Amino acid sequence: MSTRLATGGRLIDRTRSIEFRFNGQRLSGHPGDTLASALLAGDRLLSGRSFKYHRPRGLVASGAEEPNALFGIGEGARFEPNQRATTQELFDGLTAKSQNHWPSLEFDIGAVNTKLSRFFPAGFYYKTFMGPRAFWKHVYEPIIRQSAGLGQPPKEGDADRYEHFYAYTDVLVVGGGIAGLTAAKAAADSGAEVLLVEQTAHWGGRAPVDEDGGEADVAALVDALEAMPNVRMRARTMGAGVYDHGYVLAYERLTDHTDAKEGPRHRLWRIRAGQVITATGAIERPLSFAGNDVPGVMLASAVRDYVVNWAVSPGDRTVVVTNNDDAYRTALALHKAGLSVPMILDARAGGGGALAQAAREAGIRVENGKGIAKVQGGKRVTGVAICAQAGEGAVLETIPCDAVAMSGGWSPVVHLWSHCGGKLTWDEAQAMFRPDPDRAPTGHDGKPFVITAGAASGAMQAQAARADAAVAGAMAAERTGREASRADAAQPASSDEHPIEPVWMMPQGARYDLRSKAFLDYQNDVKVSDVQLAAREGFESVEHAKRYTTLGMATDQGKLSNINGLAVLSQSLSTPIPQVGTTTFRPPYTPISMGAIAGEARGEIFQPLRRTPMHRWHEDHGAHWEPVGHWRRPYCYPQDGESHGDAVGREINQTRARVGLLDASTLGKIVVKGPDAGKFLDMLYTNMMSTLKPGKCRYGLMCSENGFLIDDGVVARWDEDTFLCHTTTGGAERIHAHMEEWLQTEWWDWKVYVANVTEQYAQIAVVGPKAREVIEKLGAEGMDSQTFPFMAWEDRDLAGIRARIYRISFSGELSYEIAVPASQGLALWEALMDAGAEFGITPYGTEALHVMRAEKGFIMIGDETDGTVIPQDLGLNWAISKKKDDYLGKRAQARSHMTDPKRWKLVGLETTDGSVLPDGAYAVGQGVNANGQAITIGRVTSTYHSPTLGRGIAMGLVLNGPDRMGEVIEFGKIGGGRVSAKIVDPVFFDKDGEKQNV
Amino acid sequence: MLLLECPCCGVTAEETEFHGGGEAHLKRFGPGSADEEFESYLFHRENPRGVHFERWRHVNGCGKWFHAARCTQTLEVFGTYPAQTTRPPEDLLAKIRDKRPGWSWRDFA
Repeated sequence: MSTRLATGGRLIDRTRSIEFRFNGQRLSGHPGDTLASALLAGDRLLSGRSFKYHRPRGLVASGAEEPNALFGIGEGARFEPNQRATTQELFDGLTAKSQNHWPSLEFDIGAVNTKLSRFFPAGFYYKTFMGPRAFWKHVYEPIIRQSAGLGQPPKEGDADRYEHFYAYTDVLVVGGGIAGLTAAKAAADSGAEVLLVEQTAHWGGRAPVDEDGGEADVAALVDALEAMPNVRMRARTMGAGVYDHGYVLAYERLTDHTDAKEGPRHRLWRIRAGQVITATGAIERPLSFAGNDVPGVMLASAVRDYVVNWAVSPGDRTVVVTNNDDAYRTALALHKAGLSVPMILDARAGGGGALAQAAREAGIRVENGKGIAKVQGGKRVTGVAICAQAGEGAVLETIPCDAVAMSGGWSPVVHLWSHCGGKLTWDEAQAMFRPDPDRAPTGHDGKPFVITAGAASGAMQAQAARADAAVAGAMAAERTGREASRADAAQPASSDEHPIEPVWMMPQGARYDLRSKAFLDYQNDVKVSDVQLAAREGFESVEHAKRYTTLGMATDQGKLSNINGLAVLSQSLSTPIPQVGTTTFRPPYTPISMGAIAGEARGEIFQPLRRTPMHRWHEDHGAHWEPVGHWRRPYCYPQDGESHGDAVGREINQTRARVGLLDASTLGKIVVKGPDAGKFLDMLYTNMMSTLKPGKCRYGLMCSENGFLIDDGVVARWDEDTFLCHTTTGGAERIHAHMEEWLQTEWWDWKVYVANVTEQYAQIAVVGPKAREVIEKLGAEGMDSQTFPFMAWEDRDLAGIRARIYRISFSGELSYEIAVPASQGLALWEALMDAGAEFGITPYGTEALHVMRAEKGFIMIGDETDGTVIPQDLGLNWAISKKKDDYLGKRAQARSHMTDPKRWKLVGLETTDGSVLPDGAYAVGQGVNANGQAITIGRVTSTYHSPTLGRGIAMGLVLNGPDRMGEVIEFGKIGGGRVSAKIVDPVFFDKDGEKQNV
Repeated sequence: MLLLECPCCGVTAEETEFHGGGEAHLKRFGPGSADEEFESYLFHRENPRGVHFERWRHVNGCGKWFHAARCTQTLEVFGTYPAQTTRPPEDLLAKIRDKRPGWSWRDFA
């Protein structure tokens, strides 16, 4: 059984105990424990059930690469699934729950899957859930949903807050092991600004565990760096991803290790670094033997981490199995801790070097050329059956034990190097992919900006790693323009270790029954036999094999499994490993929280809200809001007990009978000024603007160069050189940018300035038969039609406020749009409301605006247009100049498709029964198309109930529509059925304009 | 995330400050042009693996349009220059020739 040792444990504080809960049970540990070490100390070997076969699984690793020990951490609004026990520091009151089992961890019904595993091979889902089609929705999907996924998502909103943090540095060092510290020191000695980040809470990485004197060396380096003003050091901060031009994301965990949840939980560092040093170390590979997933089988390095760092023994008797010298360190560490190592199985016929000798001298039995045929035990290891590595798995001997420490060699952590294009090379001698320094990621200047250091470079021996890191630090400093000394770089001592021999399967000729229990990917339950099957079935590309077998997916992204998996694939295909290649390394290195990605942008500050000067008034008067871009506009102002529909009807009736007030401040307002302003507007609008007289207004249409209608609005000429262009509410920024683009990139010699003044003015539409009287009551003179006709503008003083009044109408009523400086908007609004009280004034919202414009047959950008509609489709030929040689869109509109008489054209539609047509409904013609679908001959673009007419009205685009007035056509209804409508003129109300021209 | 220098205001800034605007040095064809010319102007774009000339706007900065010569493969930025030109500056072309011998893009080489 696993237990806490009586002495040792360099990271724990034995003087204090802290309590935590695991699946509801109270357990205790020490400060400095991880959740993993504390569980192991309490003999909680079983940490979860596997994803597919529900096999019992335990800890495999001691760090970020852990695939099995995933827990739900926290409760309620702080619950988070899929957290690795190995990276979760223990704190008082921590709660953890195991995942993926039912009804309990110890007894799990899904475990029957492992007995059926022959029937769940690679591609099982693709092969099984094929047909019939109806089964997908009702049978397959519910089954897959029930069994898919790891942890459960949290059910409450996140109680924590998160932040983004911008940082700039000459040199960023990712990884605070001995290599990272050495590189940081070398870079900082040159005077360069250095930022050093380390994902764990501790500096030094493996050196304190693996090297004599490593701990002292680390302490000395940390002291030196902490004293340097040009160095910043951040523990618990993971380098998550390296992106273009030296952009790096790092993920700092601020409160995950403590019960004091104050301040932000995570901080996302958005770093710009001149040079990036990746001192990210290496990850040990498992060996592929049958039963290598039984709880108690762990990475050799993890076993000695638990012993040395946390004084936890994974078992009293540990068998070590390896293909390299490094695992002997585990045997020696166990021996030193007083634990039994019954045997070291070295798959290499020639065995190991000096460390093997030391093991023998310590009295440990070492067997060369041997491996594990099969691990015995179910929920924990009870022994191993030994075989010759060269054979097919005939058992030579059985050794009782309760833990297995395995090492298949080490793979440099090349993720950050690879994220932004760094290439790898296959190092045959060390049996690993390592970064190719000649093919580094390059930055904006075409020069390399990432350097690897230490084990991440493939420098596996301690002295070689330090020497490599010192050079990396100096090189980074030099590349940022500093002078660095490389004199310190020590020559690596010649190694007394014997080289690794690749072992991709144990034994090398393992029978099917062994291969089908030899796991490559613990998290996704991918076995050696699955990858071999994928290769046989033709999934030869490593990217295809990955997706077919799910090797290397999910939260660990194949940190343990990828190299072993592609080596098996390579053997199956008889293709060398470098030609098979690796799958793509994508950020983040380990999962980061969604909260950290969102940062501060949540809730009310998710995005800025634009408010008109009268926003508060609308709010105080019960406005029901409609989001329009970033604006909020009143949709309607419901009164006591009124439905929205009733409110809209009342607002329209009152406006048409008396007078209404609309906040039109959100309409885009762009000033176009300069001697060439008229010429410029003639290019932008389809109609002629240069002939407009100062003091007058003209409605205009804007098209894209592709001919399609993009915006409309009223243009007013302020003076000879100055125009004000009104745009749609949503179009202000877009149209302003459109103008700038053409002015700057095509007609840059034209003398025109444009300015977006949308927010400088409040604009209020006073609409209805009593509009003039209301305005006159505020002191305006000369409002009669002779002095101030339709489509003119005048400056007047209203209630003491200087106002520019545009007599334009989007409702068909007598209408004035009054613009005042934004600061005066509310005062004018209130003055108008007061003055209008005796005339029965009402504020009205966007829906009333829409209905009234539809009653008049006015188009709305975004309703009648959708990016495929040209003005000619909408019967707007009157607004297209025939005199102009050119305007944006003119050439495009001359194309054959644009002049095709079969284009659907705008008409009005009246249902024969008075009902409201469904929005977007299609008109159905005679017959069917090649797919057996009904022929469509038109569609509804706007549809409303008109309170003015007491019936449904609509506009739509219909084939040959204008030539079919009076004809009745049919529209399909959602959910079946048809509704018939008569084609009519789109102007439903006051066709002659008698109401607006009074 | 790219770093670009705005030639108008001289600021080197993050890509999020800018907005890409597609291919640079297009020649506009208006009314009276042949169908082929207009089609080419409106729709046909270079898609090189290598040197490319593209338009950017310093939208969250000075608001000015400019051009960038950039390698689509390595993301190296050879240089940026104001948009008010029909041809990249000679020194920039020389720099690209130096870094990418034998290179060509539309009529430039």
